[in-house]
Amino acid sequence: MKNTDLIKLPFSKNNPILVQVLGVCSCLAVTAQLKPAVVMAISVTVVVALSNLIISLLRNTIPPRIRIIVQLVVVSTLVVLVDQVLKAYMYDVSKQLSVFVGLIITNCIVMGRLEAFAMVQKPWPSLLDGIGNGLGYSVILITLGFVRELFGSGTLWGYPVVEKLGLYSIGYENNGLMIMPPMALILVGLIIWWHRSRNKDLVEQ
Amino acid sequence: MDWLANWFEKIEPKGKLSWLGSTYEAFHTFAFTPKSVTRQGSHIRDAVDMKRSIIIVVIALIPALLFGMWNIGYQTSIATGADWNWLYMWWFGFLRMLPMIVVSYLVGLFIEFAFAQVRHHEVNEGFLATGLLIPMIVPVTTPLWQLALAVAFAVIIGKEVFGGSGMNFLNPALVARAFLFFSYPTHMSGDKVWIANDLWGTDAIAGATPLGELAAGMHPSASALDMLLGTIPGSTCETSVIAIALGALLLLFTGIASWRIMLSVFLGGGLMGLLFNAIGYNEYMQLPFYYHFLMGGFAFGAVFMATDPVTAAQTNTGKWIYGLLIGAFAVLLRVCNPAYPEGMMLSILFMNCMAPLIDHCVVAQNIKHRAKRAVAIGKEAHNG
Repeated sequence: MKNTDLIKLPFSKNNPILVQVLGVCSCLAVTAQLKPAVVMAISVTVVVALSNLIISLLRNTIPPRIRIIVQLVVVSTLVVLVDQVLKAYMYDVSKQLSVFVGLIITNCIVMGRLEAFAMVQKPWPSLLDGIGNGLGYSVILITLGFVRELFGSGTLWGYPVVEKLGLYSIGYENNGLMIMPPMALILVGLIIWWHRSRNKDLVEQ
Repeated sequence: MDWLANWFEKIEPKGKLSWLGSTYEAFHTFAFTPKSVTRQGSHIRDAVDMKRSIIIVVIALIPALLFGMWNIGYQTSIATGADWNWLYMWWFGFLRMLPMIVVSYLVGLFIEFAFAQVRHHEVNEGFLATGLLIPMIVPVTTPLWQLALAVAFAVIIGKEVFGGSGMNFLNPALVARAFLFFSYPTHMSGDKVWIANDLWGTDAIAGATPLGELAAGMHPSASALDMLLGTIPGSTCETSVIAIALGALLLLFTGIASWRIMLSVFLGGGLMGLLFNAIGYNEYMQLPFYYHFLMGGFAFGAVFMATDPVTAAQTNTGKWIYGLLIGAFAVLLRVCNPAYPEGMMLSILFMNCMAPLIDHCVVAQNIKHRAKRAVAIGKEAHNG
């Protein structure tokens, strides 16, 4: 596989959420607003990329029977780092994300990429694969955050868009269902629907 | 009717317009029974097809619809103190309901036709009933744009993504109501949504439904007779048990709806009500069990929603289980969760999800049962 494909493919044909169906839990939980969604997207991208790199460097020294434990140690170390950085510099967002930062450890994308890619590939492609998958995850997360915050709360990044447009005065109301996780699942479903209709080769028989 | 047949023949889309085939087909078969018959396999010939049975459902809805229109006007006239005669009350309700029905049908049918065209299949008739049901189960003050959004959501997410009529596992009309309930809670519950203030606006007059009063810890102010007749505030056409019973009689007489489901829903609700009576912990639990049949959408749901043949259980044993649990859950939700004063919608949707599982278990049980019998008979024959 070419190095550019490692970055490009996870955006569409091998998207972690749309095609691999990994990391759906966090993408339902943190996308009610745009800001936490963006922070979460960056955090996951950093963790996937760095853990991919580190595991790939270590891959020849890890005994296969305890590889999951070793992977977990690396991932948890990175997640703790990310968590501390968030707590130091973005305390409000960190509180909003609450347990979901810690849960990046169990994010299936991280473990999935380590097992499927980093354990058998050289460091440079592994890093690219991690960045690519993190960005593929980010695209979906940010799209969901955008749509859900705009229609659910009428704001974008906290800015009251709908109010400034004057839509409330003509009878518009925010959609309460958008803020609830079930609607995020339905939105992901709709995105998958649109994505499959454009990529017929992904449709299972 | 020759002129109509000729006209249809004349406008049949050919050549460039042949992509409109599904739309043409839908209107043609609406007016005329198709002449062509299937040549292969064995078939039972029956005058009743899906179109006819849906029409019977629509006819069964008419008593509740007409009464609901009158009740809209009646409630407004009481609340505003206006002195209207019964005809004007009905006319007021008719003018309030008409835009809701038109919006529901326009949005829903447009989406149905669009999907049918894109997928090159026939337009299905299921929406004729759904489109009328949706305006009948929402508060009269629901803004039209919210109704349109709910209809679109119900038809696309509730039905078309699964392959259209007959493939949906949730009742589309209830999906629309659930969408409104969770999206715009201020317009769907509370005591300020049930009575229209004037002819056009979405302003409402305070007036609690019996369920709302109970959820707030009060005893319902309406008498059981009022609730039976339906002269109480509530969703547009769900209040009158008598009008609903007329529709139920037609559905049962024609065999469109399953009597097993209808009976077992009431049975389940009644048993649950009696159980709560026995506990008698608070006033809601002490409420006579038959009150649950008269309040809110229980009767309407039991007759028109739970019996939807697509989303209900298919096996006869399954229908009993399905109905009993719908009734029981509805009463359970009402009594134990004041956040959801109307438990009927959620319990039907929940059991819609469970129906395939119930059927699977019933069928598996039957297979096991028969296999056992076959083995027993085989042994007997061997020994004998």
